[in-house]
Amino acid sequence: MAQATETLRVPPAAARQNMGPADTALAALTVIAGALVLAAIVMALRVAPDAAGLTPDETAAQRIIYLHVPSAWLSLLAYGVTMIASILYLRSSQRKWDEVALSSAEIGLTFTVATLASGSIWARPAWNTWWTWDPRLTTYTIVFLLYVSYFMLRGAMEDPARRARFAAVYGIFAFLSVPITFFSIRWWRTIHPVLFDAKNFGLSSGMAPVFFFGLAAFTVFYVVLLWHRIRLEQAIDEVEALKEMGGY
Amino acid sequence: MTFLRAVSAITWKDVRAELRTKEILSSVIVFALLCVIIFNFAFELRVPDMKMVAPGIVWVAISFAGTLGLNRAFAIEQDRGSLAGLLLAPIDRSAIYFGKLLSNLLFMLIVEAIMLPLVMIFFNLSLLTGPHLLVIFLGTFGFAAVGTLFSAMAVNTRAREVLLPILLFPVLVPVLVSGVNMTGGLLDGKTLADVASGLQVTVFYDLLFTIVAYLTFDYVVEE
Amino acid sequence: MSSRPQGSGAGLEDPRTEPAAAPAGEQGGSTMIEIRRLAKSFGSKMALRGVDLDVLTGESVVILGPNGAGKTTLIRILSGLSKATAGTAIIGGLDLARHAEGVRRYLGVVTHAPLLYDNLTGEENLRFFARLYDLRRPAQRIVDLLEQVGLSRRRQDLVRTYSRGMVQRLAIARALLHDPPVLLLDEPDTGLDPQAAEMLHSMLVRLGGSAATIVSGAGDRISVGRTIVTVTHNLEHGLAIADRVAILVNGRIKYHAGVRGLAASDLRHLYDECCGLAQRDGRTGA
Repeated sequence: MAQATETLRVPPAAARQNMGPADTALAALTVIAGALVLAAIVMALRVAPDAAGLTPDETAAQRIIYLHVPSAWLSLLAYGVTMIASILYLRSSQRKWDEVALSSAEIGLTFTVATLASGSIWARPAWNTWWTWDPRLTTYTIVFLLYVSYFMLRGAMEDPARRARFAAVYGIFAFLSVPITFFSIRWWRTIHPVLFDAKNFGLSSGMAPVFFFGLAAFTVFYVVLLWHRIRLEQAIDEVEALKEMGGY
Repeated sequence: MTFLRAVSAITWKDVRAELRTKEILSSVIVFALLCVIIFNFAFELRVPDMKMVAPGIVWVAISFAGTLGLNRAFAIEQDRGSLAGLLLAPIDRSAIYFGKLLSNLLFMLIVEAIMLPLVMIFFNLSLLTGPHLLVIFLGTFGFAAVGTLFSAMAVNTRAREVLLPILLFPVLVPVLVSGVNMTGGLLDGKTLADVASGLQVTVFYDLLFTIVAYLTFDYVVEE
Repeated sequence: MSSRPQGSGAGLEDPRTEPAAAPAGEQGGSTMIEIRRLAKSFGSKMALRGVDLDVLTGESVVILGPNGAGKTTLIRILSGLSKATAGTAIIGGLDLARHAEGVRRYLGVVTHAPLLYDNLTGEENLRFFARLYDLRRPAQRIVDLLEQVGLSRRRQDLVRTYSRGMVQRLAIARALLHDPPVLLLDEPDTGLDPQAAEMLHSMLVRLGGSAATIVSGAGDRISVGRTIVTVTHNLEHGLAIADRVAILVNGRIKYHAGVRGLAASDLRHLYDECCGLAQRDGRTGA
């Protein structure tokens, strides 16, 4: 005998098959984001002027900056979103904020890996090494570890409400620790000067538009990914609810 | 006033219970000593002057031993269900946090009080000056402040003890980095004023995260 | 914070603003515990599906039910260890959701976990909790309680050396330290051998008629019958101590009535029926 559930509203299956306005908007935005990112890549590879005073290898590699830096900034933006969503979750106990926090952290982690990988690829021709322990890079590695830990914490908990709460608390600590970590490492650096200087990052006037276009494109890309990921999480919830109703 | 009374009641209860059997203290002290000795073997033949690695050894030993102690402290409460006893009492839940923070801090300081003189003897260094003790105290406080909260979380997960260091160490980096560098600086002959930036970072960290832990502890212990 | 009353006693403050509860020993009158549509879900699993229950001051209500029915969840929510996902609970006039700390002052709770410290003596345990509950004359109260539960001779021994039955008796002493008007007991006889269970049972029977002293809004100290909610598996014991019985199955109360004239066999029959029904319902998720 079918019965309506008490607290979880599960929309009848039929309605989900049609495209509502939100679905259309997302589809459109996805296409736009894809186009923007493609354009950004083309501009980075072809349109942007060469950097001055570098060997041919380095010149080609330098173009990674258009991917690498937006990636880094977006990852930090994503973690900031996670922290804010975490605070909102703790105050309201509404599942949707946990979904935002989780989704944003996951995307942030992906961008983090992209940043570390692209940075390493750039470093090889530029400094003849795959890695350096300069403050920014060291801090960024800690950031990576923080969010891996975030997911390990989530993975180790079963009760969804408790898991959301613990993850929210950790998300807050993690993000707040990042600037302090940076300062503590940078202070250390001033008493032990490092061999390699921080990447020189002056943008010539020709590069700036390409760079900012790329940044904008990636930001749209982030929003689209976040939206998709949140919907995925909601779908997972619905499946769980249906399973429970069906007695599994 | 009831808040302070609850905090001190909890701290003293922990101290009294631990002094009865000394089960946590003894294992943590032995572990800390083993850490120091193992590191000694690890570096001795390849490092020209052990003074170079001594600060790192001290802080790593404190971190590992501290983690061990934190794990056991909350695990005991959890296993016997006694945390629920504290949660049932008509006290502010954050009093539980501060009570546990102080007892954890006290235990760590006791372990350090035994470990540091031995480090001094092994490496022929002076570590018991005022500035050194201040640096170690501030770092230990930060460790206890964040560690107490995280161990309350870790103990409720499937992975238990293993998860605590995973959660704790990345967040603790500022404390460790500043601690190692201040201790190192002091050993090199610098004054407290020279390492002031490190002190600022650590004090700021201690204050910020104690406050954040105070604000979030409720969410961690509620079910 | 209202000022403390003069004289000895538990020094319990009454944060209520309404007039005092029913006069000494009488049942009926006002409601001590009022539960409306209480629900609790763990993810998509619903442990409580809308529980309605009233417990009058001085009444003893026994909650029966099969494993997984939600009995422990209910006690955990009432005692403040867990938070409900929907519904309300009002204890002693205070809303559990908003005045949790105040409510805890009214409650004495005994669960199947002892909530005691192994490495402290019985007396030290009680002294510790006396401090947390802010008792004014802890020493005398502790001596009296230890006497009542029959642990006076073992009070200087570590709880680690106590038998399970003794631990539960100490747990009851702990629950009674602050003379709470409401007692919540969650399967207190778990893990006890028949003899210890009998001893516990007779203690609970005695508790059933006891009274607690509370301070009314006007500041006078009055005596009220102790309200007791017990969760148990033991139908016979439950029937012996109850004024009313409720059967909780699958997160809902399926049966709820006074026990006057109810024989143990009738109760067992009712219980089996409720559980049998539940097995059918379980398939459709009702």
